[in-house]
Amino acid sequence: MSFFKVEHLGIRFGGVVAVDNVGFEVKRGEVFTIIGPNGAGKTTIFNLIGLIYPATRGRILYQGRELTGLPPHRVAELGIARTFQNIELFEHATVLQNLLIGRHRHRRTSLWREMLFTSSVRQAEIAQREAVEKVIDFLELAKVRDSLVAGLPYGVRKVVELGRALATEPRLLLLDEPSSGLNPEETDDMAFWIEDIKRHLGITVLMVEHDMNLVSRVSDRVLALNMGSVIAEGTAAEVQAHPAVVEAYLGKAA
Amino acid sequence: MRFIFKTDYEQDIRLFRHGGQRFWYGVLAVLLLLAPWWAGEYVMSQLHFILIYSIVGFGLMMLTGFTGQVSLGHAAFLAVGAYTEALLQAAGVPFVISIGCAALFTAVLGLIVGLPALRLKGIYLTIATLAFNVIVEEIIARWHSLTGGNEGKHLKPVQILGWKLESDAEFYYLCLVLTVICCLACVNLLRSPTGRAFVAIRDSEVSASCMGVHLAKYKTIAFAFSAALTGIGGALYAHKLAFISPEQFTLFQSIELITIVILGGIGFLHGAVLGAAFIIVLPQLISIAKGWLPEGLVPAGMQAVVFGVILVLVIIFEPLGLYGRWLKIRAWFELFPFYRKGMFRRQKSYMKSERLR
Repeated sequence: MSFFKVEHLGIRFGGVVAVDNVGFEVKRGEVFTIIGPNGAGKTTIFNLIGLIYPATRGRILYQGRELTGLPPHRVAELGIARTFQNIELFEHATVLQNLLIGRHRHRRTSLWREMLFTSSVRQAEIAQREAVEKVIDFLELAKVRDSLVAGLPYGVRKVVELGRALATEPRLLLLDEPSSGLNPEETDDMAFWIEDIKRHLGITVLMVEHDMNLVSRVSDRVLALNMGSVIAEGTAAEVQAHPAVVEAYLGKAA
Repeated sequence: MRFIFKTDYEQDIRLFRHGGQRFWYGVLAVLLLLAPWWAGEYVMSQLHFILIYSIVGFGLMMLTGFTGQVSLGHAAFLAVGAYTEALLQAAGVPFVISIGCAALFTAVLGLIVGLPALRLKGIYLTIATLAFNVIVEEIIARWHSLTGGNEGKHLKPVQILGWKLESDAEFYYLCLVLTVICCLACVNLLRSPTGRAFVAIRDSEVSASCMGVHLAKYKTIAFAFSAALTGIGGALYAHKLAFISPEQFTLFQSIELITIVILGGIGFLHGAVLGAAFIIVLPQLISIAKGWLPEGLVPAGMQAVVFGVILVLVIIFEPLGLYGRWLKIRAWFELFPFYRKGMFRRQKSYMKSERLR
């Protein structure tokens, strides 16, 4: 049984076929990257996996379980967390509160006990806080812990969003362009974190990325897409050298 | 300026964050407990209304201020709470049970009204709740055999386990106790996972659902909880007025309730109380103003006009309401002389993925 597998995945919006018959398999513990020119359908695949869009065809299998057809919140409950290309944080909340929402799937308290704030709720809250503090330590977010997200620079928000995804304690992490909008140093940090996430936390990473430096540095395998279809799959070097990939990015030689 | 040195996770989930808060809430508690001694008959009556409206304000604040679902139908929940109480009292049900039933029944109704909220967004949901308000108002007016129609219903004073709460002071303490209980329920919810899920839904539904928040479930809980508090408020409201009729629960009442939330400061529980106090005091101010203005210059519907103008002005110039204004004043003193004008301005958010839905 494969860890995560996509079979014949496709979606059409009216006459536009955004993703067409895409299939790939992610092995447990690897970093798998999807690359492709703008409009290739990379983020659409993420939204299909997150069940934000219903797939027109195909299946998504996670640990042998079919995801297609489940309600979107079940995806997180099964241990798949994601970040967004344009950052979707809760802006009027502090970093700490944002990360605590990431703990939502680990809540164990009932509504009535929460209203009374019984000692079991209090203990649960402290346990959640401890788990969040581990993420804060891991991503070195301690100094912004109590700041409002709305006041933070873009680069830090990107890290906070990664932290929120990690706070859910996922088994599969979907990163949508983790380096977009980051300066070279921040990108470097991001690469370290992705490596650490894979090595120390043992989380499988599926990411969409444009920065080929980052891609070749962290990914085990790469999938290239163009116009919604797979054009190449292999290691970063193999895919970069693939004639179809070169053609997709640079065009055909005259 | 106060610096809090944190040494324990417990510090972030406590009711009172520091000694200053404990002191000022203590002062407030003492003032409120001693109210029957310092307040005259008229002020006492106003305090009743402020406490009742605060409970309703908490309910609406949880829904609109924290979950981001704007309701223009809360007068209907108020009505249902009030009529449930009136009917059960007439049937001889003890108060402790009847007010529980009022809360429970409105909660169930809130659950039902919450169902369209799963499909409708923003202004469309507001229109649906508005329609609900009109429907309930009509039903109450027409169902003569049950509600007495436009002739209304009379209520006797509250009686708890044989103890008749006839004086202003006794009823005041009943309201105060219920307000504190409702307030604590809200505060407790907001510092636990359910409250965080509410806020997550308000700020970004896509993101909340990707964190595993079941949108439908939590929106329904928010509606039910909000309705239950409004039902409790409605039951007290009925006892305060001792006579209820359909025209007390019109759309204008709903607008008044939403005004409480917006004027007080959307997203702050304090705002509900401040808004309630303002809305109760405002008609008195208007009637005083009427005395100053030359006769014939004051139109009959002045109150509605003033309400509307204030609502518009607050939304434009003080989106955070009265409580937001207070936060700014406090920050000005705390940071003196370093307060900057733009400190509370909310930054324009980066491109949002809400278009995904």
